[in-house]
Amino acid sequence: MVGLATVFGAGGGTSSYQEAEAADVIVMWGSNARNAHPIFFHHALTAINGGAKLYVVDPRRSETARFADRWLGLHVGTDIALSNTIAREIIHAGLVDTDFVRRATTGYDEYAASVAPWTLERGEAVTGVPADAIRELAHAYATAKAAQLCWTLGITEHHNGVDNVLSLCNLALLTGQVGRYGAGLTPLRGQNNVQGGGDMGALPNKLPGFQDVVDPVARAKFEAEWGATIPPENGWHLTQMFDAMERGELRSTLVIGENPAQSEADGHRAVELLTGLDHMVVLDIYLTKTAELADVVLPGSASWCESDGTVTNSERRVQRVRKAIDPPGEARDDIDILLALAARLGHRWHYDDHEQIWNELRRLSPMHAGMSWPRLEELGGIQWPCPSDDSLEPPYLHGRLWSEDPAVRGRPAPFSVVVDDPPVESLSEQFPLRLTTGRRLDSYNTGVQSGGYVSPNRIGETLDVCPEDAERLGVADGEVVRISSARGSIEAPARIDPGLRPGLVFMTIHFPDEVDVNLLTIDATDPKAGTAEFKATAVRVDKLAPVGAPT
Amino acid sequence: MDLKTRGVPPTEHERDAVDSVLGPAPHRDLHDVRGGHTLRARRHLLLPTLHAVNDRVGWISQTAIDYVAERLDVSPAEVFGVASFYSLFALAERPAHQVHVCIDLACRANGGPAERELPPGAHAAPCLGLCERAPAAFVTDAGDPVGRAAAGHVTAVEVQRWAAGDTPGSEAEPAAAVPQAGDDSLVLLRRVGRHDPLDLAAYRATGGFEALRRAVQLGPEQVIAAVSASGLTGRGGAAFPTGRKWEAVRTQPALPHYLVCNADESEPGTFKDRTLIENDPYALIESIAIAMYATGCLQGYVYLRGEYPRAEATLLAALDITRRSGVLADTTGHDLAITVVRGAGAYICGEETAIFNSIEGHRGEPRNKPPFPFEVGLFGKPTVVNNVETLMNLPAIILEGRPANRRLFCLSGAVAVPGVYEVELGLTLGELLELAGGLRPGSQLQAVLLGGAAGGFAGPDDLGLVLDHDHTRAAGLTLGSGVVMVHDQHVDLVDQLRRIAAFFRDESCGQCVPCRVGTVRQEEAIDRLAAGVRNGDLDLLRDIGQAMKDASICGLGQTAYNAIETAIVRLGVFS
Repeated sequence: MVGLATVFGAGGGTSSYQEAEAADVIVMWGSNARNAHPIFFHHALTAINGGAKLYVVDPRRSETARFADRWLGLHVGTDIALSNTIAREIIHAGLVDTDFVRRATTGYDEYAASVAPWTLERGEAVTGVPADAIRELAHAYATAKAAQLCWTLGITEHHNGVDNVLSLCNLALLTGQVGRYGAGLTPLRGQNNVQGGGDMGALPNKLPGFQDVVDPVARAKFEAEWGATIPPENGWHLTQMFDAMERGELRSTLVIGENPAQSEADGHRAVELLTGLDHMVVLDIYLTKTAELADVVLPGSASWCESDGTVTNSERRVQRVRKAIDPPGEARDDIDILLALAARLGHRWHYDDHEQIWNELRRLSPMHAGMSWPRLEELGGIQWPCPSDDSLEPPYLHGRLWSEDPAVRGRPAPFSVVVDDPPVESLSEQFPLRLTTGRRLDSYNTGVQSGGYVSPNRIGETLDVCPEDAERLGVADGEVVRISSARGSIEAPARIDPGLRPGLVFMTIHFPDEVDVNLLTIDATDPKAGTAEFKATAVRVDKLAPVGAPT
Repeated sequence: MDLKTRGVPPTEHERDAVDSVLGPAPHRDLHDVRGGHTLRARRHLLLPTLHAVNDRVGWISQTAIDYVAERLDVSPAEVFGVASFYSLFALAERPAHQVHVCIDLACRANGGPAERELPPGAHAAPCLGLCERAPAAFVTDAGDPVGRAAAGHVTAVEVQRWAAGDTPGSEAEPAAAVPQAGDDSLVLLRRVGRHDPLDLAAYRATGGFEALRRAVQLGPEQVIAAVSASGLTGRGGAAFPTGRKWEAVRTQPALPHYLVCNADESEPGTFKDRTLIENDPYALIESIAIAMYATGCLQGYVYLRGEYPRAEATLLAALDITRRSGVLADTTGHDLAITVVRGAGAYICGEETAIFNSIEGHRGEPRNKPPFPFEVGLFGKPTVVNNVETLMNLPAIILEGRPANRRLFCLSGAVAVPGVYEVELGLTLGELLELAGGLRPGSQLQAVLLGGAAGGFAGPDDLGLVLDHDHTRAAGLTLGSGVVMVHDQHVDLVDQLRRIAAFFRDESCGQCVPCRVGTVRQEEAIDRLAAGVRNGDLDLLRDIGQAMKDASICGLGQTAYNAIETAIVRLGVFS
């Protein structure tokens, strides 16, 4: 979100799902979409079955990589080295879209100079990916009629996740693979409404509609509507909140629909800090591990069936959801709960219905202004931006960058000089293996929403390890081993996966109740986005002592 | 793809067999793997790969399926779907030595065994295309190299011996299938028995490759004009004008164009294409080259039925010699490639669109038409599909401007001298039987099956029937693939009808409902009738037959009732 907003002024994927079908080259970078985003992957498959080429950049030869025309198995955390090498090759081979770069971007010269040292040979030495494969990807991406560059948490869950995103944006700017039908930058989202949360201002530095908290004009507009004063400085993101807890500055929280006790890196510390709060209120539909730590739990409603409103998916499409049933027992609509809380805090907020709240947003957020509920209903959803009641924008963003007219073109998109920066935690004699984490098809995040359902594919938590390492460690398939990092130690059965390579092991995050992988992960955090480096932990794997053996 | 396999490696033999077709598996690269389209573009190698495993090991195991799936990036379920489609492939372990005994119409008409009469260790097979030597058998010995032997005039004692492990000796000479061999009036069969079929110099000395040279002088349009003027029509059974088919392919803008020579000769009682290939392979190669030149193809396929080991060996050797001689490239200026694809025991693959699916590595199920092959055929490209005999007409048409008025007939059953006969159209059925020496001594004519299982029965009153397209059609019959199978008084016609019904039930690919269900219901009704129960089964048969004719996707279902209908209506069987 932060990376895309920095370059283009809007923190959203630039393309619609269906546009993937029109692409002739699809690059999936740090994304196991086959498992983690199966719906989007079906759009990609339509393109692939029609002849589009798929390139997958991932340390693991994942399920997605198995579909690829070419898999580039880089070392964990060398994404910037790879993208800079690709950029250098595109420049070197004369494949830059010079008209686009001249008209629609700034900072090219500085950027070109910064990637100049990244020859194919150096790229191969740093990333481990053969020069020939890097070259092929560079040329395929640059010469594609329409290329989709998609990524997921393999890009963002690093201490330098924003720089990783910026480095991918650079490639699109260099080749003009953005702002056209089928060509774009597509971050894949894991939830039906994670985009909507950001759009509605659930970001520490944004008001609804991506308007800056620090912008006095924007603030004044909201203050007039709300009749209240908005603090003029940015708030804390999640990681900063935990740091503030540690410093004793944050003493109470309201947690809505999140499970930080299990989803945060360095889980021991997270639980300890949450437990130490003066007061914690959790609003959720499940009694999560976090809710178990709370002083008060407010049972909320399931947004997809027990409440009216909207959700916004990764292609920025706002869709209506309608209440079908009442929440069970004492559970209440989340908005009722918030209004009641406000009343207890001395504010009389009144809305006749949910539509009235939506119309308030339309008055305040220009990109939602044209989305009346009847219109959303009629069109089956509308993509933002939608500033007007009587017209629709193209399905892709930033078409303005291609305009001949500088006034229409608006603010040019800046190149960003980004520097290769290895993972915070380097491998050592004590922790010689790189652990990276991810998801599987059968489960969802911490398993709160998927664990209750049976799946024939579910094999539970495993430590995935390559055959060579398994042999070196003397570990058999299915044998329970101990995995330790500088922060903690857990046990899980080993699963031998030839898609990994020596030195690289993999676990999911789906089964924290049985195996709490985030006890191992490091909470080194990207300062710009607050996302932790889940994807790069240094660990060691040990055989368990046989039962009864002397210790 | 993210294939789900059992993760059990193939045996050494299985791996060797697969790798012999696909090349060795690339080593596991830790940073760079090519896949996707590159792997899936080799899907057409699936059928040859399954043959390689089946030949080497004798059957196709789950681990072999997994390994093939991984190598070609096709799901194991799809590989299983293809492997299980073909009767020559086994998916359960079985002995390396397999004896297939023909229990089909011509062999039964010659006293061959019924399925129930086979000794343990021998398996029933549909028509093996050796009808001039009926009864026939086919024996395979899995291994490296695989043993595949065809045998004719089989006795019950021989079948017992082979079932116990023995292998048949050498076959009769190819020319023995052509009683007219050496006759100067022959056109299609003129070289049979005159020289070693693989002697390229002798082929050239008798006018070989002159027609190709002439065709190149004429140019594609003039060649097609000559073919149209000759009146040549398809000899596979459908009798479509060849020149029109070619012109349609030639003018298609989509590239590349493909040629498929249909040599999946599986119509019971048909053995002319086998005879042509075994006796004059270069003439087929030259004819294919002429057709490819005229229609703008650089790649041609010969889809040869899997029960023809000698025809396959002869054709492969002739292609190899031709390739090394450079004659095709030298004459046409194009690098014409001709690939032999071996079928695996599926009658339906002789259907002109099923053959595409089979070559492409899919189940050999027919496609809906339109689109027709001339626009969307093999690999989705414009494709000309011609039968072997059709193509063999070309040299005489090109060189001599002859009208295409000669046809091959496959005489089998109770004739004195069975074999492939070449005659000028216009002959009567009686004259044709005379040409074959009349009936065997002591035989009285009961019925003649014209056109095979998809054809129809003529009776003793039909000897005056003129054997051409129009006259047979007017009589409610068909020449089909040229089958003339003579049944004398010793043959139980009801038993033959049961066999025809069983044949179609077994060979129905199951894709469309009218055929899948209809062929089963038809067999049940025939069995009841054979047992003497009536209860409206004749009406039921007529209804089923009409439904199959009206609503089946392809010719198999559309013709599955023909022979039975003619037997009931013309010969009065069951009345």
